[in-house]
Amino acid sequence: MSSAESFEQRSLHAGIVGETLQPVSRKVPATEPPEWPTNAELQVVGKNAPRMDALEKVTGRARYTFDVQLPGMLYTRVINSTVPHARIKSIDTSRAEQYPGVRAVHVLERLLMAAELRDSSAEADERYPLVRFNGQPIAAVAATSARAAEAAARLVRIEYEPLPHVTELEDAMQPDAPAVFPGPTEQSASAGGGGAPRGLPQKGNLRGPSKGGSRGEIERGFREADVIVEGEYRTQVQTHTPLETHGIVADWRDDELTLYSSTQHVFSVREEAAEVFKLPEEKIRVVSDYTGGGFGAKYGIGNYGTLAIHLSRKARAPVRMVLDRREEHVSVGNRPSSLQRLKIGARSDGTLTAIQLRSFGTGGVAAGAGVGSCQHSMYPCPNVSIEHYDVFTNAGPCAAFRGPGQAQGIFAFEQAIDALAARLQMDPVALRNKIDTRDADDVRARAAERRIGAEKFGWSKRRAPGSDPGPIKHGLGMAQSMWPYIVNSYTTCELRISGSGSVDAFCGTQDIGTGTRTVFAQVVAEELGLQPEEITVHVGDTRFPPGPPSGGSRVTSSLTPAARNAAYAAARDIANRVAPLLDVKAEELVFRGGRIEKRDDPATSLAFAEALQRAGIETLVHRADRRDDYAGYARKSGELNISPHAIGGVQFAEVSVDTETGVVKVERVLAVHDCGRPINPKLVESQILGGVIQGVSYALYEDRRLDAATGVQLNANIDQYKMVGARETPAIEVHLIELLGGQSSTDARGVAEPANVATAAAVANAFFNATGKRIYTLPMTPANVLAALRSE
Amino acid sequence: MSVAPHRPPDRGNAATSHSFGPEPRPLSLLINGEVRTALADPATTLVEFLRDALGMTGTKIGCDRGACSACTVWIDGEVAASCMTLALDARDHSITTIEGLARGDQLHPVQRAFIEHDALQCGFCTPGMVMSCAHLVNNNPECTLDDIQAAISGHLCRCGTYPNIFKATLAAAAEMRAAGSEESK
Repeated sequence: MSSAESFEQRSLHAGIVGETLQPVSRKVPATEPPEWPTNAELQVVGKNAPRMDALEKVTGRARYTFDVQLPGMLYTRVINSTVPHARIKSIDTSRAEQYPGVRAVHVLERLLMAAELRDSSAEADERYPLVRFNGQPIAAVAATSARAAEAAARLVRIEYEPLPHVTELEDAMQPDAPAVFPGPTEQSASAGGGGAPRGLPQKGNLRGPSKGGSRGEIERGFREADVIVEGEYRTQVQTHTPLETHGIVADWRDDELTLYSSTQHVFSVREEAAEVFKLPEEKIRVVSDYTGGGFGAKYGIGNYGTLAIHLSRKARAPVRMVLDRREEHVSVGNRPSSLQRLKIGARSDGTLTAIQLRSFGTGGVAAGAGVGSCQHSMYPCPNVSIEHYDVFTNAGPCAAFRGPGQAQGIFAFEQAIDALAARLQMDPVALRNKIDTRDADDVRARAAERRIGAEKFGWSKRRAPGSDPGPIKHGLGMAQSMWPYIVNSYTTCELRISGSGSVDAFCGTQDIGTGTRTVFAQVVAEELGLQPEEITVHVGDTRFPPGPPSGGSRVTSSLTPAARNAAYAAARDIANRVAPLLDVKAEELVFRGGRIEKRDDPATSLAFAEALQRAGIETLVHRADRRDDYAGYARKSGELNISPHAIGGVQFAEVSVDTETGVVKVERVLAVHDCGRPINPKLVESQILGGVIQGVSYALYEDRRLDAATGVQLNANIDQYKMVGARETPAIEVHLIELLGGQSSTDARGVAEPANVATAAAVANAFFNATGKRIYTLPMTPANVLAALRSE
Repeated sequence: MSVAPHRPPDRGNAATSHSFGPEPRPLSLLINGEVRTALADPATTLVEFLRDALGMTGTKIGCDRGACSACTVWIDGEVAASCMTLALDARDHSITTIEGLARGDQLHPVQRAFIEHDALQCGFCTPGMVMSCAHLVNNNPECTLDDIQAAISGHLCRCGTYPNIFKATLAAAAEMRAAGSEESK
């Protein structure tokens, strides 16, 4: 934007609709559309339009990367390491190359996703990347059939020189543990989060401490405390397990590389392909019509994509690379484990005086096993001490996973706050009322959510811990959510409106099942007075204008203002051309019910398409950007902007604990959430249901298990990696508030992560209320539960 | 009830079975009311035959070992895991896939209800879910929540759409009942 751009002071509204809406003054770019009224007064936005791609999905017509079939396409098989830590002495691919049907074989020269040595000279003499986990991709074969690729892959001979390995967090922390890396490492942040600060000290497998969020004097804080609660919390490694595994179809041509990718960000795929293959980005096109789940792990090309592109280049044919279920569990990401020693001091009225966290986590061969920001950013506290260590193990690399860090962090932190309430003999809701007091939207949202939730859930019926006399004990618990409100710069939408009245909307961002197509269409339709199904939405293609990653709960917050801005510009353009036909001023025209009409005089009007024809319009093209939030950001980092206002959410859970068998059942959950202006409440509700279900699954069942002797994952499948299914799904009620912030032309925010991060803590707090014992270890398997019940 | 692999009837008489393999040979199967022929070797699973040989990609593969039910089809009207069924064993049987569930533009009531109740997110498990839920309401329009949970207990939906699948299937069953009582009048 040019520096001459004019801004104007506008009076907008902020607060919770129906409760606390207040005028606020904001400096707004003069080109921004006027503020929308509340959802109740809008025609399409705020309504439950059916998901736009639902028909394609229920009929099997939706084409995922998994379904892409190109003429002459080759099938592949990856050769993965069978040892957890080794130097590769030799690789012989000659027999594989000669196998009938084989068109290309490629050996990886560099391993993506893992941390890299700060001083690469330690391994400079290695011909191949060192093997650091069992299942690490080494090479791949492309052949005319999947059967031939599989047979040929078995013929690749790899000679290993084994090195000592370590797979468990606490073993790897020992000073004499086998070193996963021979020296200090770095790992820059990936598009999906993860990564770690640069230049941290590293001793053996321990990298850190990182001390972000620390402030004040911790010892003084504890001296000023009337009560102190302490606990050691453990969370497990969780794998993403999207139903569609990671996959890419690479089609290398002399003039262009086309990648069909199951991804959360087509532009991250293009960026990494350009970097690894030294290609200009303009020579790469990435397409993602449908992605069968991501949850944080699907960014970039990864090692599998690197192999696919090499194979396509060598074979001069399109190559399909789709991971099998074992590879999906092992090699393309997971939520790191954590060990969190948390100590909180408070005055007898609940005021926090000290928060001390010393945490460890392992993301296998990758850094970025942090435990979120909740400890230092959720509740005011003058003295905070944080020391976090990433611990390397010989296990597959972590990746961002829905609420990265925060899900682990809140499990411990919100239990500690619950423990504090118990110590102070305060109600947990009342304690949060006392301490959740920053000046921010999420704080105001949670205050309402606690009140609404407590009433709807029957919180007043909560009894003293361990009240049930029999072996099966019931309890209620609650926990709070917090996730940054993120906006992606470089978000642009384009509208093309033809004289026949057809409207096409373009943005490169993708719809991974969150409903992006639908909210995009709704916002455009609202501005043009049309129905969502009259808008043809085009997403998931790097040929379209830049759009945000489907991660960090940032698509709706980034995309919809750009969409509205483009539609508003188009509407004003149309109004200017149509006004003379109706003998009115352009400013008097409104777009409503498929017509363009004079405000307060609907009789003076034309149908949308007719108006365009009569005005002689052939094609109109309008583009607009996501402008910065009107009140600005707390932090900016590249394309990522973080608002001082976060997203809240409060969840309540009821559990039953069978104290004889150790079986925990989540009976019901109430999830009360905010996401700015909900564009489509039904789709928001769907995402919240999913967040809660994944949270219950994390709390009760999921647990990646490695065999310590071999580093092999023992449950790299769907039958033994236990997740919530239909039988384990609790009754879930969702309540949504409409919160305006006066920050953008739609004021929409995301919800995917806030819906997930509080669940495990709410369940754990209900466990305490049921049994009088705290469950410090996830998942709440019978063994962990019985151990907790036996503890002092 | 999880989705079991299809078990072919014991053919007994060797004279009626064709010799097959190891090389691919033409195989004809009755799919969605049409005889479809393509090359297959003896190890080809039904889902591979549908997807790779016939290009019918509506049926998905999530695990390839009968644990996620994304590959659910009907064989002679019964649900089956097509990743656990050899294509050869589907000879002389009638196969229905997600592509054959709607009659032209007329969706099955379960498909309509899935749209209305937003019983899908990423949609990758959806074809399999729809096949199992449609089988349930066709055979038991009186089905309860418990029946639905049983029918899809072998299906994995990682997005967590189960509550909306329950609602959608109950609504579709109610619609089937209403249509049934309309017909009986």
